[in-house]
Amino acid sequence: MAHIDTRLVEMEDLARSQAERPASPVARFSADEPLPLDAGVSLAPFQVGYQTYGTLNADKSNAVLVCHALTGDQHVANVNPVTGKPGWWSLMVGPGRPIDTDRYFVICANVLGGCMGTTGPASIDPKSGNAYGLDLPVITIRDMVRAQAMLIDRLGIETLLCVLGGSMGGMQVLQWAASFPERVFAAVPIACAARHSSQNIAFHEVGRQAVMADPDWCSGKYTELGKSPKKGLAVARMAAHITYMSDEALHRKFGRQLQDRTKLTFGFDADFQVESYLRHQGSSFVGRFDANSYLYMTRAMDYFDLASDYGGVLANAFRGTQTRFCVVSFTSDWLFPTPENRTIVQALNAAAANVSFVEIATDGGHDAFLLDEPEMFATVSGFLKAAARRRGVK
Amino acid sequence: MQDRLAAAHPERIDLKIIAGFVTPGARVLDVGCGDGALLMRLEEEKQADGRGIELSQKGVNEAVARGLSVVQGDADHDLATYPDRAFDFVILSQTLQATYNPRIVLEQLLRIGRKVVVSFPNFGNWRIRKQFILTGRMPITEDLPYSWYDTPNIHFCTVRDFVRLTEEIDAKVEKAVALYGNGRVMNRAVRLTLWNFLADQAIFLLSRR
Repeated sequence: MAHIDTRLVEMEDLARSQAERPASPVARFSADEPLPLDAGVSLAPFQVGYQTYGTLNADKSNAVLVCHALTGDQHVANVNPVTGKPGWWSLMVGPGRPIDTDRYFVICANVLGGCMGTTGPASIDPKSGNAYGLDLPVITIRDMVRAQAMLIDRLGIETLLCVLGGSMGGMQVLQWAASFPERVFAAVPIACAARHSSQNIAFHEVGRQAVMADPDWCSGKYTELGKSPKKGLAVARMAAHITYMSDEALHRKFGRQLQDRTKLTFGFDADFQVESYLRHQGSSFVGRFDANSYLYMTRAMDYFDLASDYGGVLANAFRGTQTRFCVVSFTSDWLFPTPENRTIVQALNAAAANVSFVEIATDGGHDAFLLDEPEMFATVSGFLKAAARRRGVK
Repeated sequence: MQDRLAAAHPERIDLKIIAGFVTPGARVLDVGCGDGALLMRLEEEKQADGRGIELSQKGVNEAVARGLSVVQGDADHDLATYPDRAFDFVILSQTLQATYNPRIVLEQLLRIGRKVVVSFPNFGNWRIRKQFILTGRMPITEDLPYSWYDTPNIHFCTVRDFVRLTEEIDAKVEKAVALYGNGRVMNRAVRLTLWNFLADQAIFLLSRR
């Protein structure tokens, strides 16, 4: 047990160091290039940690932006510098993969408010010299997309061939298509919604309350006090993780099987395998993720309601768009179920947009977008190739 | 449905005729597009901006993987989401008889498309009439191979029935083609009664009057 704890502490130190100096390129924006936030203030200076794969072609027409989910990062297809594990979408992105880095120039940026090199609550506030903590204004999905657009400007790219992402990444895809339609040739929102449902806000609130109820959270000032709300964040992750999996998959993997024992202990240790699994998910998460960042990410998703910026009519967000869309959902996803995705499709139809919609049969739940789902790969590969053909990508 | 027809008629003469109706560069919606064979043809031959709706998720996923723009849905529920005159052509090929409400579907098609192409099997065909009269049982043919209890085709009509419906909803018949015996085109001069008796299927080009 002791050596595991040591490893977790090491991982935590490594994760903390990523906030300012990530193991990836960083775009720094000075005080002269402020980022206007939906909260009504500007953020400056700020930085964006990002990763790229493949080569940008001569006419800059093969750039693909991948948007990561709640607890993801820019390390899509390389070994993660903190966990040492393969990139979170290495099945999807790479040479010969559906998002083929031999053909496309793939970009992924850590989102604003994140903790892997883009300015977030764990970054140093130049005013105080300490971590921002809760002094960072609340970040929205639209703010994240604005920051990404500034990065894309910096990279000298006018129009992206495609913007893709699942879950919170899918929300960013929708926001990109609505905010910058002329800069998005094709868009693939996966397992997401145009607004965060009441049920999902409720789940997020449970997670945030777990973090804030941990005495080591210290009103968000844990870093400067040398503490860390590990227990609260682990509980938040455990609760959230249940929502990422389907009932069938939990049953298939764990059923009611006992963990390293033959009978119930009549106590509150992890008798069941599913308990042990969740505890592991919780404890391995706290080593790599900043608790305040978790609050900011969940809040950004809660605030997302694309139609509200367009008179309450979602179709108006896409009126006149020339972007080609491919919406993807999964049958067993109960966090962003198919009807939520279908609402996006219907709005796109009402805007006479070019849209495809694929629902994939799987018991992988919401997390299916991260898993080995051959039909999703075939969909993304075929859609992306057709988009590249139509744009005349050489 | 389309797979089976493709097997029965390798050339799919009906698709050739439908493609002939479509003008180059048109915006086209194919309702019940199967694996997207017609859309593929229209994009290649007519440089059409094609979209599809398909009931079977398998068909949708295959079509999207081939680079076509297709959504899962059906004619009864999903046409209502499209705006008026969103397409130059809306195509309903061999699907009308499988809808719950063919009349409303046809009205929706005429709302969202400037031109509407409908092809359907003719239940007035003499072989079907003969089978019904001689055996006293629901007809099963090469083109319509289902038993009454498992058929997706719940609203069969004859050519004459269809013409009557176009009159009732005040649609204009711009062109009509009847096919008989392995996809031969019937002479246009032939009277409706004969079409109704001989045609295996009919293809209509309609517009709003």
